[in-house]
Amino acid sequence: MSAEAATAGAPQLRVELRGVGKSFGGTWVLQDIDLEIEPGRVHALVGENGAGKSTLSKIISGIYTADTGSLVVGGEEVSFGSPREALDRGIATIAQELALVPALSVAENVFLGREPRRGGFLDRRQLRRLFLELAGPTGFDLNPDAPVGTLRTADQQKVEILRALARGASFIIMDEPTAALAGRDAELLHGVVRRLAASGTTVLLISHFLGEVLELADTVTILRDGRHIRTSPAAQETESSLIEGMLGRSLGSVFPDKSEPPVGTDAVLEVEGLVAPGVNDVTFEVRAGEIVGLAGLVGAGRSEIAHAVYGAMPRTSGTVRVGGAEVPADVPGALRSGLFLIAESRKEQGLVLGRPIRDNVTLSNLAQLAVGGWVRTGAERRESREALARVTVAGDDRRNVSALSGGNQQKVLFARALQRQRKVLVADEPTRGVDVGSRRAIYDLIAEQARAGIGVVVISSDVEEVLGLAHRVLVVRGGRIVAELTGAQMTEENILNAAFAQPTASERPTATNERRGDEEA
Amino acid sequence: MTQPDKITSTTAVKAPDSPPSFASRIPWRSVAIVVPFVVVFIFLSAFPGSNFLTFLNITNVLDRQAGMLIIAAASTLVLIAGGLDLSVGATYMFTAVICGTFVIKVGGVAGVWAGIVAALLAGLLVGLINGVISTYLKINPLIATLAMSFIILGTTKLVSQFGKEGIGQIRVDFPEFRWIATTKLLGISLPIWIAFVVIVVLGIMLWRTRFGRYIYAAGGNAEAARLAGIRVNLVRIATFAITGLGAGLAGVIDLARTPSAPENDAIATSLTFTVLAGIVVGGTSILGGEGAIWRTVLGILFIAMLYNGFTLLKVDPLFQGIALGAIILIAVGFDAWSRFRRR
Repeated sequence: MSAEAATAGAPQLRVELRGVGKSFGGTWVLQDIDLEIEPGRVHALVGENGAGKSTLSKIISGIYTADTGSLVVGGEEVSFGSPREALDRGIATIAQELALVPALSVAENVFLGREPRRGGFLDRRQLRRLFLELAGPTGFDLNPDAPVGTLRTADQQKVEILRALARGASFIIMDEPTAALAGRDAELLHGVVRRLAASGTTVLLISHFLGEVLELADTVTILRDGRHIRTSPAAQETESSLIEGMLGRSLGSVFPDKSEPPVGTDAVLEVEGLVAPGVNDVTFEVRAGEIVGLAGLVGAGRSEIAHAVYGAMPRTSGTVRVGGAEVPADVPGALRSGLFLIAESRKEQGLVLGRPIRDNVTLSNLAQLAVGGWVRTGAERRESREALARVTVAGDDRRNVSALSGGNQQKVLFARALQRQRKVLVADEPTRGVDVGSRRAIYDLIAEQARAGIGVVVISSDVEEVLGLAHRVLVVRGGRIVAELTGAQMTEENILNAAFAQPTASERPTATNERRGDEEA
Repeated sequence: MTQPDKITSTTAVKAPDSPPSFASRIPWRSVAIVVPFVVVFIFLSAFPGSNFLTFLNITNVLDRQAGMLIIAAASTLVLIAGGLDLSVGATYMFTAVICGTFVIKVGGVAGVWAGIVAALLAGLLVGLINGVISTYLKINPLIATLAMSFIILGTTKLVSQFGKEGIGQIRVDFPEFRWIATTKLLGISLPIWIAFVVIVVLGIMLWRTRFGRYIYAAGGNAEAARLAGIRVNLVRIATFAITGLGAGLAGVIDLARTPSAPENDAIATSLTFTVLAGIVVGGTSILGGEGAIWRTVLGILFIAMLYNGFTLLKVDPLFQGIALGAIILIAVGFDAWSRFRRR
């Protein structure tokens, strides 16, 4: 789509990055980025998880400051200290997690903090008028008086976009806008992006969905391992050329060699007719030594299945058996029966961040380490060091766990899991926000567990990760297991087809759109 | 689908987790209470003619603070576990009145023991109720214990109707009961010894036992603790129960010391506030997950020392509250600053 068309009110911004680099805790996540983003166009950023797309967009939007190089906006070198300063220059971000006030109306949310007032009171008539003036050119059809909480996600995103426009934004960053949207809503949002560009707004689109990128973008930039690979007109790219640029390295170097799928071993985990909030009648089993991947979109119910199996969520009905014995629906019971869950969010659900590494490692095993409630510190120190050595985390384990990098924090959770012999290990998004080096180490740990005869369930939004690790893949949609893929059926296409389901497929006009990765951490 | 060409890339340079800088190695939160404590202690000791550093003055201060120290030490557990108990003052008064009522109504040595046991049980019961409503009933502990303290204060008045003849306070000036406060071992009063034992036991429990670890985990990250197999609600209820028991013990000790039951809502309220102030000044985070009992002890003693110093130096007592308020603000500000530093 060409966007040399209309140029609406707000001044157009040419954003340039010159030699931009950024490092976190010694790891360079972005290096030597030279990039020009033409005004009034849809510019897409593609790359694998951890390629630096989000970091790049956060530098432009003022959340991060570049460590090297400079950011040039409208011909002027700038250094944003906060998103606020970026917004003052007309740069706004529509984040994946929307920041709306559910109880307020659409119009109130759009003008939040800058509502028209009369004598200290909200001027509702003026508010409506301003809203209609703003929404008119975009073609967004929204009821200004509807509470935002009642809208579907795609409409809430429109509200976010309008809010950005109301604040004078002419450069809008959209980070995985369709990741959480079903087919119809995703189509709607595509229309939104087109209209924004047509009205002269620049859109920086970050997306894993290559079909979407090719359909919407004028220009595509490929990032890989924090480096700028190339920027070219979207018309010159194809899905396979994008993938080639994004991957650029062998899958074999990322994933450990797959062991042969176990033959004739007993099922260590049997889940039957499990029903829980977000889980609809799920039945599956995992055999000893097997790695089963749970694939699906965000919100499909994968984590809910894991939590229901682990007893961290009440079950309505169904049974869970580990090694033939029924597992009670509570966490201590699940732990006793040999089940362990490494939860999705290590900061919120995994680690106690104010405490030492050692305490975090031994947290689930204190019952065995304490005699009559008294922690045997010698034994604890020994076990913690042993477990940390197995997961290759070096250094003093009396340090605060928050001092570790994301990858090492994740390894601490594996150390907690591996401190005792388990029968079943469930790892939910085990490499989210983990650097490439640690990722391989974590894959090795998972493979090693399976070889030791443990049943492993890997939940991941990264389809490649699922394919690279699992012997068998279960695809989850709407809280159900909708497909079981083994052997040659285990392809990205089959997983995505199942994850996106038939109703979506019929709405998609071209076959290319079916190829979808998943959202980024 | 065709797999593209593969090239191995090693651009992401992994550095070891960077060693902490010198400034971040200093345990600022500990320094926060130790330094001012030592400074004020030395100042008061060295002040000409202050009589601060005399055996009599120090033991007097400690004797008066014994009950407060017990309650504060126990309340620290609640705070670290992620709760908050605003009913300690009311519980303290309630248990003192219950104890006095039993001592008077039952009479004799049997009455004394009945009073002690009843007071401790009443404290434990209040703690358990606080714990259950602020966990299983999901009522915010601040609101739950605030409401409970009104209920307890009302109940206290109801109970005291039985305990006293006519108007005035319940008085238990009998040697069979007062030995609790008057007995001395090695020249130090029994209340100080009891407080010392409670502090040491709770401190070691927090430091070295599984329960202690669970308290930190429950307050530091409740969801992570739950998924690690810790029964967070039970841990929190236990901390409330211990605090109720501590308030009961303090009620008994102070009843024996004074020896009349304090029946004044203002005393209850100011005790609750002073306990919280001592904990916060000591550097235990109000947000949970961090803190230590020895810090609370220093915090409470710091406040006591300050008050004592004002008296000894004949400063108008009206400045005490102002000074304490300022110190709390500084302590909390310091806490926020040290949290920020750690990022």
